Order: sequence, then structure tokens, then C-alpha cells
Amino acid sequence: MLKVDAETDTIQDARFQTFGCGSAIASSSALTELVKGKTLDEALVISNQDIAAFLGGLPPEKMHCSVMGREALQAAIANYRGESWRDDHEEGELICKCYAIDSALIEEVVRANNLTTVEEVTNYTKAGGACASCHEKIEEELTRILASQGKTFTAAGASAPAVTVAPVVTSVAAESPVPVPEGKPKLTNLQRMRKIEEVVEAIRPALQRDHGDIEIVDIIGKNIYVNLKGACMGCALEAATLGGIQQKLFEALGEYVRLLPASQLEMAR
Amino acid sequence: MKPVYFDNNATTACDPAVVEAMLPFFTEQFGNASSIHSFGNQVGQAIKQAREQIQALLGAAQDSEIIFTSGGTESDNTAILSALKAQPERSQIITTVVEHPAVLALCDRLEKEGYVVHKLRVDKRGRLDIDEYRSLLNDRVAIVSVMWANNETGTIFPVEEMAEYANAMGIQFHTDAVQAVGKIPLDLKRSKIDMLSLSGHKLHAPKGIGVLYLRRGTGFRPLLRGGQQERGRRPGTENSPAIIGLGRAAELAMRNIGTENSDVRFLRDKLERGILAQVQHAFPTGDLGNRLPNTSNIAFEYVEGEGILLLLNKLGIAASSGSACTSGSLEPSHVMRAMGIPYTAAHGSIRFSLSRYNTQEEVERVIAAVPPIIAQLRQISPYWGEAGPVKDAAQMFAPVYA
Repeated sequence: MLKVDAETDTIQDARFQTFGCGSAIASSSALTELVKGKTLDEALVISNQDIAAFLGGLPPEKMHCSVMGREALQAAIANYRGESWRDDHEEGELICKCYAIDSALIEEVVRANNLTTVEEVTNYTKAGGACASCHEKIEEELTRILASQGKTFTAAGASAPAVTVAPVVTSVAAESPVPVPEGKPKLTNLQRMRKIEEVVEAIRPALQRDHGDIEIVDIIGKNIYVNLKGACMGCALEAATLGGIQQKLFEALGEYVRLLPASQLEMAR
Repeated sequence: MKPVYFDNNATTACDPAVVEAMLPFFTEQFGNASSIHSFGNQVGQAIKQAREQIQALLGAAQDSEIIFTSGGTESDNTAILSALKAQPERSQIITTVVEHPAVLALCDRLEKEGYVVHKLRVDKRGRLDIDEYRSLLNDRVAIVSVMWANNETGTIFPVEEMAEYANAMGIQFHTDAVQAVGKIPLDLKRSKIDMLSLSGHKLHAPKGIGVLYLRRGTGFRPLLRGGQQERGRRPGTENSPAIIGLGRAAELAMRNIGTENSDVRFLRDKLERGILAQVQHAFPTGDLGNRLPNTSNIAFEYVEGEGILLLLNKLGIAASSGSACTSGSLEPSHVMRAMGIPYTAAHGSIRFSLSRYNTQEEVERVIAAVPPIIAQLRQISPYWGEAGPVKDAAQMFAPVYA
């Protein structure tokens, strides 16, 4: 319930009702605090992340509670303005707990992009990109979706397995040289640096969307030192992000490289 | 104020006598029971005694029918997978819709691998249809796995009767008795139950220890392969401190089974009556006349369980809820859904599970604490008006089940 000053379009008071868990109650309460004193237009730009941040964060399986709060606000404002509002938000079973990706989103992206492997699902949605314990569930989702399209899911992909899967590189194996794939000419130092820059530049928009960023500080042999900025800094998934970029560099360069935070540069010198 | 623990179906406090029995086996009695020297030999003797204590509690014919495992989940998985492996010509399983995930998730997996799983439904009181069960028994069924008592409502299933029917058709019968052991007197040697799962931490023993009872002569294939421990049926060096603790806990459980069915039942009934007398639009779920003596599951309509639990927790009271709102699907527990409890009530279902360590004073504290909490949460509920539920609530606000 909103009490709006018709002159200034300002929200004077806000109240809520919920049939929901503790996080739903807390999210709704946070939202009513956030919107008081704001104009309707200002209130509409409050994101569910703002609500979660107000509460000092929410666990991934409870993030949808903050989404419900924001949707209730949108519906209330639409109602006040005499507009119609449609709930276009669909949620399925939570598949990836690290990035809070549910089955509805995975299905939508898989269908829209004709994805056939877990790796592709990870690249498109981030699901499964961190702890990897949901890969079995992602495979099950793919099996179901592909079956509905008359295709069969196999671990290597529904189509012919043309993609070579890069070996998983652990830090233990860090020092062992990775042979340059045959037929690939060795890059000059300049070409190599440009290539590295190219790969990192291609990734930046994705990080910026999540309010983060990355910059290359130095390249010493196999070690590439970078600064993570903005939301990436201190993010719990920093290691996963670095790992993902490292994997891309590895594929582009055809040699093993290590992506390290610039803070370790001192030690290297 | 001292906290009140009414969540004993989730886990129990380790009995001080159990801890005392275990302690020497962390320190001076550290030997490996398989060793020939005296370090190992004394541990072996103590494990033998524990095995006999559990044999006595279960009423098993032989002590070699007791296999120590890591807990209920391992015992359940071992039993079902063993039955399928040992009888490759049989590819069907009969279970129920209200089993613990340790059985249900495995059966769902097996179904994907091509096995046929029949899940018996329950009525609105959580009871099985025995005629339906009997009609499903055939020579393609490898195993029937039915819990002895339900963890959420305490409802007791007639497993001894069901085992007779299975046995007559040459079908193995397994029961997950994790909640029943120590509360229901057992005499397995007189039953046709082939396998039974037990978990230590539900009866005042430590976590990480359990038992699979395996009737002598039942076809069996181990889940793990390795050494000769547990006669090769569950290899791996014995968890001797936990085994000895479980033995002591079994002895205590046997001695206290009367208390569970008199004193604890009295407290449970007092609690349930006390709450229901004060809170309107609330009802107990499950088969009320045929349930565990320690369990009361009350559905509070028009409120959500987690809110109740958080407010109870602020008062130092621990219970649990049938609401698990972990995605946008708003799905209450599978047990509540199976009984057809409307979602406005299922989400507000709270399980109080007592133990012999609870007191009358604690029961009175909880009776006093619950009504104001429900009233407070109903004030913010879209289903609740000034003085009662709103009309046409379902039309006003109707989340969909996924």
C-alpha cells in the first residue's frame, strides 16, 4: 500500500502484506523503508540488488524474495497510475546456487541459442561456472530440453563433438609446460601481448554489466598480472572469474598462462 | 533463559552417558579393531558389545545381522541398491510418496536409469492404502522400501504387516526406521522385515553412525568394496568411538522406551492441546491416533512457517517447519502436499518433536509463546483480515505450484 502526495508524486508512506518466509518479510520491509520520501519515478529504479544490499545481502536461494518486493512495488505504482502491469517473471527450480540461476532461465537461454553442452550453458548463463556441483542438474535440464526438440543429449554435445575440450589446469600443474598445439605458429612478443589484450577487452563488457572491471598491469613470462575493479574486487567469486578468463586466454594463446592479481606483482619482482 | 529444544526428529543431544562411553576410544583405546595386538583387541571387544546392545534393541536374531554404516542415508541407499544388484531379473521398486529424501531421491535417480518405481500415495491423514499396495506386488519387484514412521508427522505405517505380504511373494522388504527406533518396541526376529535403517543421532548417539539391519539369508551386495570389516558387507576401518556410543545409546533407548510412550507422550499431548485451545484456524496433521509419541505437527493457517520459526528462535525455542521456500515455486514439504493439505496451511505447518529430556515447564513456555507469534504474523498476511481469514483468499492471491 502506498500513500502518494498527488502534487509532488512523492511516496509519503508504504506498507506491505506478505505470505512469505523470513527473507520475504525482511525484503518487503526494507523496500517500504527505501521508497519513503522518493518520487514514484525514483522508486521505480530501485533494483532487487538495492533491496538485498539494504539488508546486508541475501543468500542466493533467497534472492527471489527481493525480486518479489520490487515486483510488488511496480504493480502498486502501475495501479496508482491506472496502468496495467503484467508479471513476466517466471521462476523454476534453483539449479546453480553460486550464481542463483534457475531452470526457467536456463531453459529460455538454451532454447534461444540452441545450446547443447554444459560448457555452453555456463558461458551463456554463468550457471555451473563456480563450484560445478550443479553440472549433473544442468545435464538433466539439457537432456529434458533437447529431448523435447527431438535431440539427444550426450556429454560432448548434441551435435558431432567438434569442440576440443581444453584440459582442466590446476595450480599443481602450473609449472609444467603445455605444448603449443601443432600447426599454430608461435606468436611474437608483441602479437602475444595484443592477443592477451584482445581477450581481456572482450570480457570487460560482461564484467561491467555486473558493476566490475579488469585491467592488465603487467605480463611477466607465463604470469599475467591484473587488477579487478569495482564489484569484482573482493567478490566471493573472484577466483572463479579469474579462472574463467585464464581459461579463455589459454585457449586463445594455445599456451598455458597464469592470471594473477596485481597484488602479487611485488613478490614476483 | 534456557533454550527449549523441540526439534528432536531433526537430531538429538548426545546423552552424557554416551559421551562418557565414547571418550576412552578417542584417547587410550585408539587401536584398530582388526589388529592382532592388545590395542586392537580391546576395541574389537567393545564393538562386539555395542553390536549386541543394538541387536537387543532391534530384537534381531543374530548379532551378525547388525552392520555399522555412516548413518540413515547410507543404510537406505545400500539396502535399495543391494536388492537391485542381487536380483538383476527384478527391476521394480515399491515405496511411498512420503519417504525421506534418502529413499526418494535415490528412487528418482533409479527411475531415470530405467527402473520402475511405484510410489504409494497417502490419504489426507497420511495413511497408506494396503489394497493398493497388495495389488502392486509381483515377481518383477526387487524391493519394497517403506518408512516405519514419518519424520514430519510421526505417522506410523504398518510395516510388519506389509513385510508379510512382500515376503509371501519373495520380495525383499526394507524399512527406514530412523524415527521409530527407540520409540516403538521392535522385535525383528518375529517379523519378515529383511532390512532396516537406523541412525545414531536420532536416539541420543552421535552423528555419522548408523546401522543397516540385514536378516541372515537375505541376498546382499555391498555398496562399497574393500576390507573384511563388517564381514566385507561394509568395508572401511570401524568408527569405533561412534559405534561404542551408539551401543550405549541403544541400551539407554531400550530402558527408556516406556518413558517415551508415557511421559513424552503426555508432554506432547499437553503441548498440542494447549496450543490448539488458544489458536483458531490451526489443526494437527497426520494420523493422530497412530503416530510417534513425541511428534506433533500443527498447521497454522494463513501464515508462513519460517516466520514462526524465526520468532520462536528469538524466544529460545527450536522447532521446524514444513515450508521450504528455496525458490520462487513456493513449494511446501512433499509430505504436506501428499496429504493434500491446502498450501495456505501447509506452509504454516510446524513440527514440534520432543524427547525424554524435555520438561513440563518447557511445554508451558511454548504454549504461551506460540499464540502471540501467530497473531503477529497474521497481521501482515494477505489472507488475514481484521479478525479472521479474508473471503475468497485463494482468488485474491494465488501462487502456483511449480
